[in-house]
Amino acid sequence: MTLSLADVARIADLARLDVTAEEAADVHGKLAAIFGLIDQLAAVDTTGVAPLAHPLECFAPLREDAVSERDERELFQSAAPAVEDGLYLVPRVVE
Amino acid sequence: MADPLATVAGLAAQLAARAISSVEATRAALDRIAALDHSLNSFVTVDGDGALAAAGAADDARAKGEAGPLAGIPIAHKDVLMTAGLPTTCGSRMLANFVAPYDAHVVGRLKRAGTVLVGKTNMDEFAMGSSNENSHFGPVRNPWNPALVPGGSSGGSAAAVAARLVPAATGTDTGGSIRQPASYTGITGLKPTYGRCSRYGLVAFASSLDTPGVFARTAEDCALLLAAMAGRDARDSTSMDRPVDDYAGALAKPADDPARPLAGLRVGLPAEFLGEGVDAEVARAVEAAIAELRRLGATTVPVALPRIGLCVPVYYVIAPAEASSNLSRFDGVRYGHRAAEYRDLADMYRRSRAEGFGPEVKRRILVGTYVLSHGYYDAYYLKAQQVRRLVADDFRAAFAQCDVIAGPTAPTAAFPIGAQADDPVQMYLNDIFTIPANLAGIPAVSIPCGFTGDGRPIGLQLHGPAFAEARLLAVAHRFQQATDWHERAPAL
Repeated sequence: MTLSLADVARIADLARLDVTAEEAADVHGKLAAIFGLIDQLAAVDTTGVAPLAHPLECFAPLREDAVSERDERELFQSAAPAVEDGLYLVPRVVE
Repeated sequence: MADPLATVAGLAAQLAARAISSVEATRAALDRIAALDHSLNSFVTVDGDGALAAAGAADDARAKGEAGPLAGIPIAHKDVLMTAGLPTTCGSRMLANFVAPYDAHVVGRLKRAGTVLVGKTNMDEFAMGSSNENSHFGPVRNPWNPALVPGGSSGGSAAAVAARLVPAATGTDTGGSIRQPASYTGITGLKPTYGRCSRYGLVAFASSLDTPGVFARTAEDCALLLAAMAGRDARDSTSMDRPVDDYAGALAKPADDPARPLAGLRVGLPAEFLGEGVDAEVARAVEAAIAELRRLGATTVPVALPRIGLCVPVYYVIAPAEASSNLSRFDGVRYGHRAAEYRDLADMYRRSRAEGFGPEVKRRILVGTYVLSHGYYDAYYLKAQQVRRLVADDFRAAFAQCDVIAGPTAPTAAFPIGAQADDPVQMYLNDIFTIPANLAGIPAVSIPCGFTGDGRPIGLQLHGPAFAEARLLAVAHRFQQATDWHERAPAL
């Protein structure tokens, strides 16, 4: 796999991460090295091997459909950069 | 005679005998932090008032005969575990001003067992790193030599325990973040089985790999803390509903033949763990430790883990993939850093994340985003998950022939600060022997087993099958009863 500078810009956009022009060259070189490491996997024969998503393969347990949490809106919103009337404030999205 | 620098077990005995009070022990820990930590930088938050209040409460509980098993023992938590009312920064600018609204499950469990929280320890940002150089709050220094890294990502917890600032501390281990720093700082570090301890309140990095665990000077102390931390928690659906073993009982069990306490134990030795790339001094110390296990009665058997070399590449697909998803929550809206200036909502996300995250975290988010992106998922993420199964199967096959698997924790001893800071791939390869246990979800412990000629600690790593913590800790304990590597302390 060859990663281009344009690829870096595209994934940075997907990741909602600003990468400046001067950062991009350094990031590009380092990501290329990391993918050099990762690309070793391509040579492994994994025909018929089921992917392992989780080490213990446990079942998702069921519980009663009951309210288990308290309303802690004020406490949780105390960590927010900007709130008003119990709502999180963000820049206007719809004009 | 009171010794506030004793181990957890030693301190617990003194507290029970009223030879020392928790307030005295806690004050001693706080004094030592004040005297020594300006050069180590192992703590990012010290809560002196809260600690002394908790210590006073522990002393009161003891006076009333209500003391829990760890009542009054001062400990520290890695700053990736939520601690109600205290900062929880994850070593990141993103959360530099974040105060946790609740306790992580393991934090709450240790509080209820009576431990006294003295502070939060420094770490690589969001637990991504192997040297503790990736912290927004500056690097942690190795107590054995301030020019060296302490390992990472739980470098602060390791340095604090190695420097005898606290007798024990929590850590988290996603690819070796407990065992590798334990090895680099000459202490004992346990990564339990995935699912043994709840991840509730552990700020997520890679959810299928993250494992809360513990640092202490001895396996005996790790057993005491694990007993308090382990068990089912309904708030983490991946925490397993199975009984917690009697770890202290397993360690205290008398040997049939005291001269050969490990008689009957089969120690698996994969050739891959002592081959090319392992520093000669590390290999010598680990081979001597294996000889000691044999002297104590164990037999050794060759086993094969043929895919060890693939574990780092597998990890650097799976961990960044999960991280890119987990860290998408940091958008400057509900918590964490928000940029001062932005044009619109999307620009606010981009700038807040660019300013809040450091370079290594950004790299992993980008790698993870790429491997999960359209057209690449099968080639990378699915492929890595398939190889992950092969690795887990290899361990299963090996454990059919042995009870524990031994080898070095890391290929080298601690390296100088700055030596690998600009080469991520070189840095990643430090975790070649610790990542396999995370991929397989099995427990592993690092215990001190020697030093390099220039005085850098070396760690022996023991792996066990899932939920074999009692066996692992018992073997480590027997080794520590017969050796004194774990009693060596850095001159500070």
